[in-house]
Amino acid sequence: MPHLVLDSLSADYGRDPVLSDVGLSVERGEIVSIIGPSGSGKSTLLRVLVGLLRPRAGTVAVAGTPVDYGSDAALRKVRERFAIVFQQYNLFQNMTALRNVTVAPTVVKGRPAGEVEAEARALLAKVGLSHRVEAYPDELSGGQQQRVAIARALALKPDILLLDEVTSALDPELVSEVLDTIRLLAADGMTMLIVSHEMAFVREISSKVVFMADGRVVETGPPAQIFDAPQTERCADFVRRILRH
Amino acid sequence: MAALLDELPRFFSYYNVIFLAQAFAYTAGLSLVGCGLGFVAGFGLAVLRQERVMRFAPVRILALLYVELFRRIPFLVLLMVVFFGFQLAGADVPMFVVAATTVALSAAAFSAENVRAGLEAVHRNQWDAAETLNMGGLRALRLVVLPQAWRIIIPPSMTYAVGLVKATSIASQIGVAELTFAAKILNQKGFSPALCFGTILVLYFVLCWSLNRFAAHLEVRLAPSRSR
Repeated sequence: MPHLVLDSLSADYGRDPVLSDVGLSVERGEIVSIIGPSGSGKSTLLRVLVGLLRPRAGTVAVAGTPVDYGSDAALRKVRERFAIVFQQYNLFQNMTALRNVTVAPTVVKGRPAGEVEAEARALLAKVGLSHRVEAYPDELSGGQQQRVAIARALALKPDILLLDEVTSALDPELVSEVLDTIRLLAADGMTMLIVSHEMAFVREISSKVVFMADGRVVETGPPAQIFDAPQTERCADFVRRILRH
Repeated sequence: MAALLDELPRFFSYYNVIFLAQAFAYTAGLSLVGCGLGFVAGFGLAVLRQERVMRFAPVRILALLYVELFRRIPFLVLLMVVFFGFQLAGADVPMFVVAATTVALSAAAFSAENVRAGLEAVHRNQWDAAETLNMGGLRALRLVVLPQAWRIIIPPSMTYAVGLVKATSIASQIGVAELTFAAKILNQKGFSPALCFGTILVLYFVLCWSLNRFAAHLEVRLAPSRSR
């Protein structure tokens, strides 16, 4: 059974529909990437999954159990399983890198501080930041901040990591350090749902690629299909334009 | 000038110094109690207006209504309303209570706006991140948003508090023996206006200046430049 299944999911911002009838599934250990033009609803889809935007219709099931997005208790459980990393990192500006990583496990989950801190230091070392644990976000480069954000997401031991255009806000020379961190997680077998504009990376790392446009899933397939032999005109058009430069 | 100097020893007689000290304590107490209660209430109102914290819309609307109404009532009018309100209710309370209630009611509305500005200056993405980490509204407020908001909340709140210290002089209208009232009494007793009002000018300055020192201290404590 797929670990995460979205069926006919729809959402809107006020009157404007942003997701219509989205269907998608992610197996455990799988890496699924979502591509598509801006405004196609990719990021909104991730925001719906973590409960920052309530879906209007459709279902989301995790490990076969449908999620009730209307219930705070259910939402809390979902957020324990899904961790999201944002485009703008969203690190807590008033906390050090280490505190950013430890705050949720200690305060929200009530785990012992010593144990959490040891784990957090290990996670920060894993993303290559063992020398910057006491730095505040504004003392770190964008790439470093994004790696702290990834460590913070991992500290909650999620089943699925949602990555929302995590390299889009970075200077070009900082992109590779973040992508390398994601490769490392992929090697560990982390289940990931990735929204990205880094097509070469998407092609390399994904087991499945979802092409979205106008809030709908237009085409889903293995990277070879999406990039080399797209079945729909929209997708072919998008890929052609993106790969030209 | 020579006449003023001659008058000095008589003006600063034992009785008058005690009288002025009492008036000073009255003004200081009125300001501190009124502003203190007002700030706490205003803080509560601002928090209740936050959708991330208060999900129940009618409460948010009531908080908004309070703020919008009380910010628009002149201090003197509010003072009279509270004064006659207590009378109508048949509550025989000391003038200090009437004046402090007025200051607090007014301060709550203005503080609420200062606090709201501070909370809203913290980027939405900080709330988002806290929410996805399951922090919940109040915890996100305490751990993430407030530490970043204090440096925006404190300066205008203190400017407002200093303004309010000065506005307490209006309470002399209902016979509250605060500083301005004391100066009027001494003036009526025949002391020169320059001496009477010059003295309370210094006392008001001392009070407001202490308040500014306190604000600077708060800023260092609650909003070190690190918490950007």
